[in-house]
Amino acid sequence: MIVGLFNYWIVILMMMLGFYVVIAANNLIKKVIGLNIFQTSVFILYISIGKISGGTAPILTEGVEIYANPLPQVLILTAIVVGVATTALGLALIVRIKEAYDTIEEDEIYLQDRTL
Amino acid sequence: MLLATAMASIFLRDLFALVMLFGIFSLLTASFFLNLDAPDVAMTEAAIGAGISPILMLGTLALIRNTSAPRVKKTIRATMAPILAVTITGAALIYATLDMPYLSDPLAPAHNHVAPRYIQQSLQEIGIPNAVTSVLASYRGYDTLGEVFVIFTAGIGVLALLGFMYDASGRRYSQFADTASLNNHTILHVISKITIPLILLFALYVQFHGEYSPGGGFQAGVIFAVAFILYAMIYGLEAVYKVVSMRVIRLTMVVGVLLYVGTGVASLILGGNYLDYGALAHDPVHGQHLGIILIELGVALCVASVMLSVFFNFAGRAAVPPDAMEEGDKST
Repeated sequence: MIVGLFNYWIVILMMMLGFYVVIAANNLIKKVIGLNIFQTSVFILYISIGKISGGTAPILTEGVEIYANPLPQVLILTAIVVGVATTALGLALIVRIKEAYDTIEEDEIYLQDRTL
Repeated sequence: MLLATAMASIFLRDLFALVMLFGIFSLLTASFFLNLDAPDVAMTEAAIGAGISPILMLGTLALIRNTSAPRVKKTIRATMAPILAVTITGAALIYATLDMPYLSDPLAPAHNHVAPRYIQQSLQEIGIPNAVTSVLASYRGYDTLGEVFVIFTAGIGVLALLGFMYDASGRRYSQFADTASLNNHTILHVISKITIPLILLFALYVQFHGEYSPGGGFQAGVIFAVAFILYAMIYGLEAVYKVVSMRVIRLTMVVGVLLYVGTGVASLILGGNYLDYGALAHDPVHGQHLGIILIELGVALCVASVMLSVFFNFAGRAAVPPDAMEEGDKST
């Protein structure tokens, strides 16, 4: 059982690390990196579901019978590119926040908002 | 290894080191994907996670001129609450895994619904060996269209947030200072002149050989963009604008999406369903080939130009002297 479910546990551990960074970090860039770690754990979850023992990459060739499942790979392939596009959007927002508030620490932004 | 780098990211306070660590983390993830029989995904992750995202994060760090997060004194409640939340969620998720199928079990539900059809029929129906490409471009064309639109929208969002700057008289600010502080590095110049053409050639190979080997529009677009970004980093933005100006990039961004949408419309007009490439030629398999080539081209154009546009927006903003930026912000 331990070997069979190993992949899920790694994924969950990594997901929780990312989750912790997102909710506990005060710095906005650290939050974005935490979100990226969270995202990567989901990628690994999908790809590990697609794996079949004894299989190979899903490029059809003569004499090979077992292939990994192509569907999760397609979903994650596009998700990675979408992920970097949304990360870029988040970073652009951070740049604008820095220009407006002159800080990227969450508590200082909160403080400035309250004193307005 | 993967976990160790992820763990370290919690404790690191130096943001520069954190970004570098994130690049290593992504490269490890890519090799992990290769281990799990997913070369297409590994290629994408290596190009994006270890190439483009660290560059964008470094660009952000350069813009905010602040590379370390200050140590914050937190109350016990503020420290314990997140740990508690994370532990409870994690425990619940681990409990849920007890019902999951084991790793690489061929009888798992995920392998017994549509996947066998993709593997057994795609060679007759689509006629290309790379099952990932045929699922991406043909069976799940709608999904990919949606993803391309998300990327396009994110590109426009960054353009709107960082792209337009006006000077005091209201004109669009467009004078970029030379960012190249690397003019004296002869080794970099020589090596980059050798490698950049090879990178471009490799991108074209990944694009047009993607039906037979790992690759396709998404990977090719990213690799293509990386070549230009490398050039911009070494020779300065001015040099790249002589090759591709922002106007051209904005145009290709739209052309890429329109090519994808247009292929769907063309198959509608020719009597098929939307994105049903079989209608594009007399022989359905030929039509599939044509359709896949067209939409992969659209995807590559859109991805490459969005990545370039995002990078130029970040780098262009850094190149503007600070006093000009303040004036520009007042008038916007």
